[in-house]
Amino acid sequence: MAEHVIDIQALRRSAVKSGQEVLPTSLAMRNLSLFYNNDTQALYDINLDIPRQRVTAFIGPSGCGKSSLLRCINRMNDLIDGCRVTGELLLEGENIYDPRVDAASLRRRVGMVFQKPNPFPKTVYENVAYGLRIQGLNKKRVLDEVVEKSLRAAALWDEVKDRLHENALGMSGGQQQRLVIARTIAVEPDVLLLDEPASALDPISTLKIEELIYELKSRYTIVIVTHNMQQAARVSDMTAFMYMGKLVEFDQTDSLFTNPAKKQTEDYITGRYG
Amino acid sequence: MTQPDIHARGHRGPLTWMRSGEPMIWLNAAAVSLSVVAVLGLLLLLAVRGFGHFWPRDVMAVSTAYAGAEQRLLGEVVDWAQVPAQQLREAGFELTGPGPLYGRSLIKQGNREYFDSDFIWVLDEHMGPRAYPPSVAVVERLEWGNLYGELQSVRVDDRILADTGASDRLWPAFQGLIADTRQVRDEIRHIERDEIGGINHRMERLRLQQRSLELDGELDAAAQADLATARAQLDAEYDVLHVQLQALYQSIQGASYTVRLADGQLVELPVAKVVRAYQPNAMNRWQKCALYLEKLWEFLSDEPREANTEGGVYPAIFGTVIMVILMSIIVAPFGVLAAVYLREYAHQGFVTRIIRVAVNNLAGVPSIVYGVFGLGFFVYFVGGELDELFFAAALPSPTFGTPGLMWASLTLALLTLPVVIVATEEGLDRIPVSIREGSLALGATRAETLWRVVLPMASPAMMTGLILAVARAAGEVAPLMLVGVVKLAPSLPVDGNYPFLHFDQKFMHLGFHIYDVGFQSPNVEAARPLVYATALLLVVLIALLNLTAVTLRNHLRERYKSLEN
Repeated sequence: MAEHVIDIQALRRSAVKSGQEVLPTSLAMRNLSLFYNNDTQALYDINLDIPRQRVTAFIGPSGCGKSSLLRCINRMNDLIDGCRVTGELLLEGENIYDPRVDAASLRRRVGMVFQKPNPFPKTVYENVAYGLRIQGLNKKRVLDEVVEKSLRAAALWDEVKDRLHENALGMSGGQQQRLVIARTIAVEPDVLLLDEPASALDPISTLKIEELIYELKSRYTIVIVTHNMQQAARVSDMTAFMYMGKLVEFDQTDSLFTNPAKKQTEDYITGRYG
Repeated sequence: MTQPDIHARGHRGPLTWMRSGEPMIWLNAAAVSLSVVAVLGLLLLLAVRGFGHFWPRDVMAVSTAYAGAEQRLLGEVVDWAQVPAQQLREAGFELTGPGPLYGRSLIKQGNREYFDSDFIWVLDEHMGPRAYPPSVAVVERLEWGNLYGELQSVRVDDRILADTGASDRLWPAFQGLIADTRQVRDEIRHIERDEIGGINHRMERLRLQQRSLELDGELDAAAQADLATARAQLDAEYDVLHVQLQALYQSIQGASYTVRLADGQLVELPVAKVVRAYQPNAMNRWQKCALYLEKLWEFLSDEPREANTEGGVYPAIFGTVIMVILMSIIVAPFGVLAAVYLREYAHQGFVTRIIRVAVNNLAGVPSIVYGVFGLGFFVYFVGGELDELFFAAALPSPTFGTPGLMWASLTLALLTLPVVIVATEEGLDRIPVSIREGSLALGATRAETLWRVVLPMASPAMMTGLILAVARAAGEVAPLMLVGVVKLAPSLPVDGNYPFLHFDQKFMHLGFHIYDVGFQSPNVEAARPLVYATALLLVVLIALLNLTAVTLRNHLRERYKSLEN
């Protein structure tokens, strides 16, 4: 087990030594383990520091636990009966698994975009305004402003500004996914979790989403789960490779892809398995 | 290895035909057509038998001769049937025709107070030539049913307005008199029902007030004096109305008309009891159509007369609709709440499974059992307790401790609850997890997600449940007989007296009306067409209620159509 634990401090020391900047940490996982049905373990002692305002990608074969790990960050796993988390997950130094933390408030700070676009069967406008309305914000002037700002940030404004009050389900899949991103950033979270956001989209829409991720990373800490290693290489600054519920390697994307430290990582990125 | 011959189209045995699936298609199509034919046939039968009744048929004048006795008849032929000779001979008829089947007609001859019965069967071979004299009048009356005869004269007190000497003036004079008395009758009804009814209602409230003061031991001299003045005031109001009423009654009493009946006797009758009069043989098609619509409208909008065999069914329509609406108001929120808990909050395990099975089984319990339960639990237990607590002043006569609208609605709500729960649960189940997670990921709590996303999206399913509930409740009769439906309710459950909606009142219902008219009526022949008409009306009413709900549901579906993709 110990061989899979990354020594964060050692990594930092080596980073300092090699002259790289030390990035401020947004999310820190300390011995994080996840159990389903109280006994099946899905994640094993994950230790990981996710830098602020950078894109961090989780890669690994299907069923390696990367989505489970992502869903730990906004406590989406809470909704599953018999699901249990041990260890700590610190968001800006605060343990989100502290019993005093309210999951709903946490999720306002940690937004999430899912694999399949899931707009509500409401208008484009209401989709974006949803998070704010939940917070009790109903002033039309403010909502108008936020809706426009969010849609612009999601590079969707020009396409939908004339049909804000049409049903969101009439849009294309790529537009829907960008709408979901707009909806998520409308509540101004600190962290954006993207769970294979482009896997259900065509190549052009995928490209748009990737460009969008690049745009958004100046303002948000982004964590993306992806099957597509080229995508991980294109959009992320840091990459974590996971295998069988364990974190195998975590490094700068460039070095992980060009010079992996572990044999397992190398096998995976060269396509020898997974 | 032989290759299957893909060009073997020429070879078509019965086995190939069976395997092609074509027989199944035919079978399916046959099942569908059979259902369609059955439904259309049912509606057609009801429509013809029921709504044909309101058509003003020609009145036949015929003389019958049998066993040396000659008799003149005047009436409508309402039915015709063929009877085997054997049956007739056994009944004691001497037959002269060739047989083996003999036609006989059912003639509605009316004039119940003068003849033995208003419907008689006459063998066609006993009838002489038929005639349709244009002067024959049909007079619909408040009592004793229709009168058929020839109008002779119209009189007010001792003054003859018109008679056969001036036959062109006779009919208009009669119609004018009918219209006048009808107007006065409406006025009388208004005074009796609304104004005097209101006074009685307030009197009763005063009595209850006095009784409750008495029970509380607060009935002192001052209170008694107050009550006495209030009562005196009501009495004075009543006296004024009473005088008015007397005058109105007086004003229509003098008018009368004389008619010569089929057997030649002359009778004089009061115009005050006439509903309408017409001469069907002298009317053209359009006039008949107009009269038909008038009678149909009367059926829909008027109260029943003569043990429900004449007049309309308005109170029954009203009672059915208001009961269904009340039932919906009760069952919808209750069922939805239960379904939401079962599906969204309850731990899905053994207990929820048991509950679900129980709910499903509840849907299969015979409705009369619900009636018994409603009577025992709602009426006697809950109603009795309510009376003790809130309506002690009225005891020993019960207020809610007796069958009534409230308990009927509650009983039916209970009866239809499983349908709503099951439909809502299915609707909630169909909402994708991704939509719920999308809402939760934006910081919504489970409750907020439920209210803002899940329930609106499940609303079409809830409407489906309600549609099924309405369809079942509106057609239910058996339990209602125990918990509040009566054959004749003195007043509608909604009126102008405080508190306007009288949940405690008994009411009429179309389903029970069918049963009552069809099986409890003293005059089977007169009532039979009304059974069909009322049945069709009930079907149409349920269809209308359903259609409303379906329209609403389609509207909702349009809004939340994401479920389809």
